[in-house]
Amino acid sequence: MAVVVLIALALLLVGGLYAALAPRDAQATTATATADDIEAGKKLFLANCATCHGINAEGGAVVDGNNAGPSLIGVGAAAVDFQVGTGRMPLAQSGAQAPEVDKIRFSQEQIDQMAAYIASLAPGPAVPTEEQLDASNFSDEQIAEGAAIFRTNCAMCHNSSGKGGALTAGKYAPDLTDVSAKHIYEAMVTGPQSMPVFSDNNIGQEDKAALIAWLVNENGDVRPDPGGLTLGSLGPVSEGLVAWMAGIGLLIGVSVWLGMKSS
Amino acid sequence: MSDIERADEAHGQPGTTLAKPEGGVPDRFENPGLPPHKHRMGDTDPKAAKRAEHQVVFFLLLSMLGSIGIIVSIIAIKYDGSFDQVSLSTKAIGLSMFLSLFALGIGAVHWAKTLMPDDERIDMRHRQRGTTAEREEAVNILKEGAAEAGLGRRPLIRNTLIGALALFPIPAVFFFRDTGPLPGNDLSTTMWKADTYLVKDPEGGRIRAADVTLGSVMHVLPEGIEELEHPLNEKAKSAVLIMRLDASLLTEKQNNWGVDGTVAYSKICTHMGCPVALYEQQTHHLLCPCHQSTFDLTQDCKVIFGPAKRPLPQLPIAVDDDGYLVATDGFSEAVGPSFWERG
Repeated sequence: MAVVVLIALALLLVGGLYAALAPRDAQATTATATADDIEAGKKLFLANCATCHGINAEGGAVVDGNNAGPSLIGVGAAAVDFQVGTGRMPLAQSGAQAPEVDKIRFSQEQIDQMAAYIASLAPGPAVPTEEQLDASNFSDEQIAEGAAIFRTNCAMCHNSSGKGGALTAGKYAPDLTDVSAKHIYEAMVTGPQSMPVFSDNNIGQEDKAALIAWLVNENGDVRPDPGGLTLGSLGPVSEGLVAWMAGIGLLIGVSVWLGMKSS
Repeated sequence: MSDIERADEAHGQPGTTLAKPEGGVPDRFENPGLPPHKHRMGDTDPKAAKRAEHQVVFFLLLSMLGSIGIIVSIIAIKYDGSFDQVSLSTKAIGLSMFLSLFALGIGAVHWAKTLMPDDERIDMRHRQRGTTAEREEAVNILKEGAAEAGLGRRPLIRNTLIGALALFPIPAVFFFRDTGPLPGNDLSTTMWKADTYLVKDPEGGRIRAADVTLGSVMHVLPEGIEELEHPLNEKAKSAVLIMRLDASLLTEKQNNWGVDGTVAYSKICTHMGCPVALYEQQTHHLLCPCHQSTFDLTQDCKVIFGPAKRPLPQLPIAVDDDGYLVATDGFSEAVGPSFWERG
């Protein structure tokens, strides 16, 4: 009898724990900005961003010269989420371009609040929802189409394998391999820094999701690389280096050995 | 006398005295001879020789292994069409080939260096010229041959022979002609002409002027390119970029040929024909990835850096009644790199 009671209790405990801890479906966060969020976002903005971007986000006059922050009116929530969420903002110092930083200074909640404030100033691109990024039911053909779009629109700067590349005067197109799907989407719709804007009329929403699915490969399988060692996928630079150091080094070694008298 | 001793004797003795005039460079140096021969370990120690032999055998066996490896990789790795298999097959065959050839070479060289005789031999130079009698005989043979052939006496054969030899290379001209049609004016013309619609590359679909947002770039092809017999040939010439920027930044000509700040330019670099597709939306520079030619969009795509010599040609565009972008004319000049007849 005691055993039966024990089992019943254990079952109850497990079931209750499951009910309490089971993962819920992720919820879209965009449409639910309250007035409180906007108010909190404005406070954060005034404390952290207004020095360069102006008290009303109209663009900086405080910092002299050509490094004043641009106006943020109409850039949309996506721009805030991208710039702050990847650590590019707040900018530590002006330079050729704002680098991606590992240490994010704000929580996602704070970023959402700032994004809500900026979005409240004027309409702009919104943060993509989970459904917009969802490519789980895409066919292989759709993903391949995404790859073709990537090759036409992105590969010239970001490299055909997404490893990034150099632009002019110290600017560069960053490596995309470790960037989240959301941030890639936001970069396309907002066109940060040197990058042009790829609006939904330019590359459709589904095409964007297919492109990102090809690039990010969220289902975990590594894109096959038939070429063998990628050497960083940097093209002639790393390949040339290996050819020179290893190939010519081997040739020199063999030549020296050939010419050496045997002991 | 062993081989080794004989080798020692063949060596000259190192020179010790030089005919040296007072306080200057000597008139001539005495032949210092070869340095004394140094024996290898394998020459004196039979154990070392045996060891070297084993090493050579090891490398030759390694080479055999490589050769067998090539056959095994060809037979065992079946193509199922996947990249993985192609990659595996290429690597396996390549590495086995390397082993097969490289180990064979190493073995042969090691053999030559450690075991084959290495004592120096002296081979004196000798005269190259034959004797006078030999030379005269050779000339006589030639003269006799010419007389026996009798070409002077039989002019018909001589003339037909010349004719046959002269005609022989002519068919080659026709072979060359058959390698392909002449390009004609293909290099100077593209598919773009008045009323050709702009469509997106690669998705297709006409482009509404209002959909080109400020700061964006679109990759464009002429409508109907996929129906051509050789769409890739045409794509290499007709690829176009449209970019939209503040109309006040553009010149009058650019605005006349554009729509509300949207301008279309050839994507083919005027240097070597690479796609000039890197657009920096803040500086309005277009950059060619091959040789870093940089074109300034605000100056009618003038070259501001790099090896390109001519600006990118602009394509005149307009909006039709439904709001779609359409070319009003073809390019006014040849796109892409210079060529001989371009002038």
